[in-house]
Amino acid sequence: MSTAESQRFIGARQQERQSYWRRLDWWLLLSALILSVGSSVFVWSASRSDLAGDDPQYFLNRHVINIVIGLVLAFIISRLDYRLLRAYSPVFYGLAIFGILLVYTPLGATIAGARAWIKLPGGFTMQPSEFAKVAIVLILAVVLAEKRDAETEPRDRDVALALLLAAIPIGLVLLQNDTGTVLIMCTIVVTMVAVSGARTRWVAGLLVAGATAAVVAWQLGFVKDYQIARLTSFVNPDDAASTAAYNATQARIAIGGGELWGRGLFQGPQTQGNFVPVNESDFIFTVIGEEVGFVGAALSILLLSIVLWRGMRVALGAQELYGRLVAAGVVAWLAFQTFENIGMNLGIMPITGVPLPFVSYGGTSMFASWIALGLIENVRIHTRS
Amino acid sequence: MSDRSNIRLVVLGVLIISLISTLLARLFYLQIVVGDEYAAQAASNSTREVVTPAVRGLILDQRGRPMVANRTSLVVSVDRSILAREEDDGAAILGRLAQTLEVTPESLAERLLPCGSEGAPPLPVCWDGSPYQPVPVAKDVPTQTALKIMERRSEFAGVTAQLEAVREYPSPYDSNLAHVLGYVGPVTQEQLDAQGESQDPARLRARDLVGRNGLEAQYDSELRGIPGITTLAVDQVGRVTGTVSESDPVAGNYVVTNIDAHLQAVVETALEDAVLRSREAGEIADSGAAIVLDVTNGAVLAMASYPTYDPRLWVGGISNSDYEKLLADKALSSNVIQGTFPPGSTYKVVTTVAAAREGYDLYGTYDCPGDYTVGSQRFRNFESSAYGPITLERALEVSCNTVFYRMADEMWLKSGGLYAPDGAPDPIADAADSFALGRRTGVDLPNEASGLVSGREEKLAVWEQRRETWCADAKDGFADLRRENPRLAEYYTALAKENCLDGFRWRNGDAINASIGQGDTSITPLQLAMAYAAIANDGTVYQPQVAKAIVTSGGEVVRQFDPVVRGEVQAPEGTFEFLRASLSGVTFDGTGKIPFEGFPLDDIPIASKTGSAQVFGDKSTTAWYASFAPADNPRYAVIIMVTQGGTGSVTVGPSVRTIYEALFGVVDGVIDPAQSVLVGGEPSSTLPVVRPDGIPIVPESDTPSPDPAATP
Repeated sequence: MSTAESQRFIGARQQERQSYWRRLDWWLLLSALILSVGSSVFVWSASRSDLAGDDPQYFLNRHVINIVIGLVLAFIISRLDYRLLRAYSPVFYGLAIFGILLVYTPLGATIAGARAWIKLPGGFTMQPSEFAKVAIVLILAVVLAEKRDAETEPRDRDVALALLLAAIPIGLVLLQNDTGTVLIMCTIVVTMVAVSGARTRWVAGLLVAGATAAVVAWQLGFVKDYQIARLTSFVNPDDAASTAAYNATQARIAIGGGELWGRGLFQGPQTQGNFVPVNESDFIFTVIGEEVGFVGAALSILLLSIVLWRGMRVALGAQELYGRLVAAGVVAWLAFQTFENIGMNLGIMPITGVPLPFVSYGGTSMFASWIALGLIENVRIHTRS
Repeated sequence: MSDRSNIRLVVLGVLIISLISTLLARLFYLQIVVGDEYAAQAASNSTREVVTPAVRGLILDQRGRPMVANRTSLVVSVDRSILAREEDDGAAILGRLAQTLEVTPESLAERLLPCGSEGAPPLPVCWDGSPYQPVPVAKDVPTQTALKIMERRSEFAGVTAQLEAVREYPSPYDSNLAHVLGYVGPVTQEQLDAQGESQDPARLRARDLVGRNGLEAQYDSELRGIPGITTLAVDQVGRVTGTVSESDPVAGNYVVTNIDAHLQAVVETALEDAVLRSREAGEIADSGAAIVLDVTNGAVLAMASYPTYDPRLWVGGISNSDYEKLLADKALSSNVIQGTFPPGSTYKVVTTVAAAREGYDLYGTYDCPGDYTVGSQRFRNFESSAYGPITLERALEVSCNTVFYRMADEMWLKSGGLYAPDGAPDPIADAADSFALGRRTGVDLPNEASGLVSGREEKLAVWEQRRETWCADAKDGFADLRRENPRLAEYYTALAKENCLDGFRWRNGDAINASIGQGDTSITPLQLAMAYAAIANDGTVYQPQVAKAIVTSGGEVVRQFDPVVRGEVQAPEGTFEFLRASLSGVTFDGTGKIPFEGFPLDDIPIASKTGSAQVFGDKSTTAWYASFAPADNPRYAVIIMVTQGGTGSVTVGPSVRTIYEALFGVVDGVIDPAQSVLVGGEPSSTLPVVRPDGIPIVPESDTPSPDPAATP
């Protein structure tokens, strides 16, 4: 390589690097970053008394490490070459299926009624279904945008294949009793099929099929009693007989008691008395609601809305169907998961164990949130301005 | 990019906006609209109360002698909810416990049955406390036994042995006073429910004991005190995270009574002697009552009912066998305030007042024949013989019935006779009403009876109530009875027919019976005492008062009970003077003479009236002795009554004398005020002193009694 050539090459690399930082959606990144960093305070408030006698900073330390790892993952994903991402999608998809299957080996663990976890060395656990959401977004984008111009719609064959590929992880997660994740995955699939431009009968068919499946599962007793209790407890939260109802009631007392300005950090009686279960994870919104009140809780919803808004903007601005599908899939995922989580905290959605993106304690969920963000940034960066 | 894709993406955006809006709206509702409700719930969610029971107040006599105190006792309690979790419903545990306590398993089991459940013994043996509260089954358990139970937790699941404060009865001078003191029992679920959502710190709680009878019930809210409450902040599993607030228990107030324990002891013995004396004379003498009132203010100085019981039986819950024995003995209710009896000749004072009000000359001469005939009915002169023309004073002294028969008959006729119009006067009943008879005296004790004053109005009321039965009986003619005893049936039918037709009519025979305290008239011994006190004090009817004052456990006076005037007896000038003179004549030279022979009546004239009242169904008459003294300057009214006791003067009189001797300090006919059972020779005019540490100071003359304030 000649000096001139190498100079040019380096120049190109520098230009590319500069353009990376310039092209990055800072609104998106900063909103998510504020959410994650801020969430540390609430994880700390919720968990510092949980391990009395042991290390009170156990959850806090791990949460911060999870955020850092998440940031690194987002950085890597966002920089990946578009083509490389497409090429590796099947591999990632395969790995996710493998991870879900591992749950059924002795490595698997059941937490809160869902056999959705893998035990890792050193006391770590991982929830493969979180990564499966990423895998579904990627593989559906590949299949639905395959070998066509951006202007043509997916053929019925492509849609059918996409549905088949999505059905495998969804079916496996359903077997793990992880209803919340299944609902999110279904939302992703319907959204992506719709946005792909597939014929309307596909979209309508999927919606009808989903509703029918829910009714049939209920009627035939495929759904276990505790699942029904979870799903219906938000209707009768004062029936304190079931644990789910207890959770819902305590969560509402915590949030409602926060009123306008909140009880103050580390001052929430419901939080500090550990009346709300898993309030560092699935019910972390109760901590926000109780300790910083309507002002703080509305602010966190606003930040999550900014994330969704920027993601939507990326999807709208994408020149290729592949990029648009990735962004739309991620936005649908984050939007529905946010609604499901905060909704159950507020008592308007059934209690299913889904975490709040960027906020809840839990490594896999935090990683998946940041990978999702990395994917949107990737699409954004590769969109020609 | 296809339009279809674009449109669907926009739809997705709209959907997301609606989801976010839903969340914000719900958040606003929870936190801003109804947030304060949840804030209150959070507050109650995270606190727990630890209750330190207050020491129940003492009940003192007028000199500060404790009559009810507290002590600690090892009490074994059984939590039924834990027993119910055992496979055999805890039968094995109860068996072991019975063996350890050396009682039968059945006696344990019956204590555990809630009232009203199948096979449960009657109140108050069955458990009528809160169903969520452990039931005490044994008190004063030896330490060794308690340790045995507490050390073997697995064998005695649900059984606890712990020190608890229980009531103690120091019984100064061996006084009993059971009916006045009452007893305590567990708070009932109804009482707890009645409080609703009260947050008053003095409210009743599930493990509380409350007064169930007597002074314990009457002054329960004073005696109970306020428990100390420590409010702890707790987390979800009940771990204590801090103290929110703290208050010390406030011991219950003390009730200072007008009762003098020494006098009470004398009165109780005197009453028992009267009963025994009657029985020696061959009478049944099944029950009795005795009262000493201060006629100047209505203070109850002593009050006894026979038979009585040991109040200690109630401590820690009464057993079925004890309770059945008390029922069989009819020892539970107080004859003084709950028993109503025909007053007999003691009622002649009321008739005298009626006569005076109707214009009869109190110092005139009246004929005392052997009997008095009205139509076909002949009314005999029960107690006395025929004396011919005598003064009214003499008529009272010798208790000549016929003098009063004639007056009653004449007054009846004058007020309209058989066809008296509505609202016509009814002289004897009106006089009784003036004495506040026929109504509760208002004494500060629960479950008082009101008694009945026979009269025109009362007869009409009874008739209206029973007319239908009478008329039905008259029609039916007692068909069942007729087969066995036609004559009796005939008599009953005639009676029923008469009652049905004009049973409301107040006949002269009724008025005649009323004049000597017979017929339907029945009064409580306390009512009679109140009436005699009114005669003694020139006509003021004082409400009898047991409690004198409420003081704090630190000795501060909370309130004093001033005498309550129920009314003034309306009688012409000189009527009470005449009655006092006449009644002292009864003791000097009348029906009350014999028991007071040798008594210094010149110095201490006793005004008295005997009575022997017939009770339908009783084999023998009810013996009365009503009195007050000194007749020239009255201070005390003393009444003793023995049912089926025979003649008042013979059986009851000597006991009345004993009481006066104790009051005035008469020994062998010589007056020595220093010998009076009352310290200083008269009722205390001041309140006893309670030391700041809660120990009352008792008179120096008292023999040292066991530590009265053995409070926990």
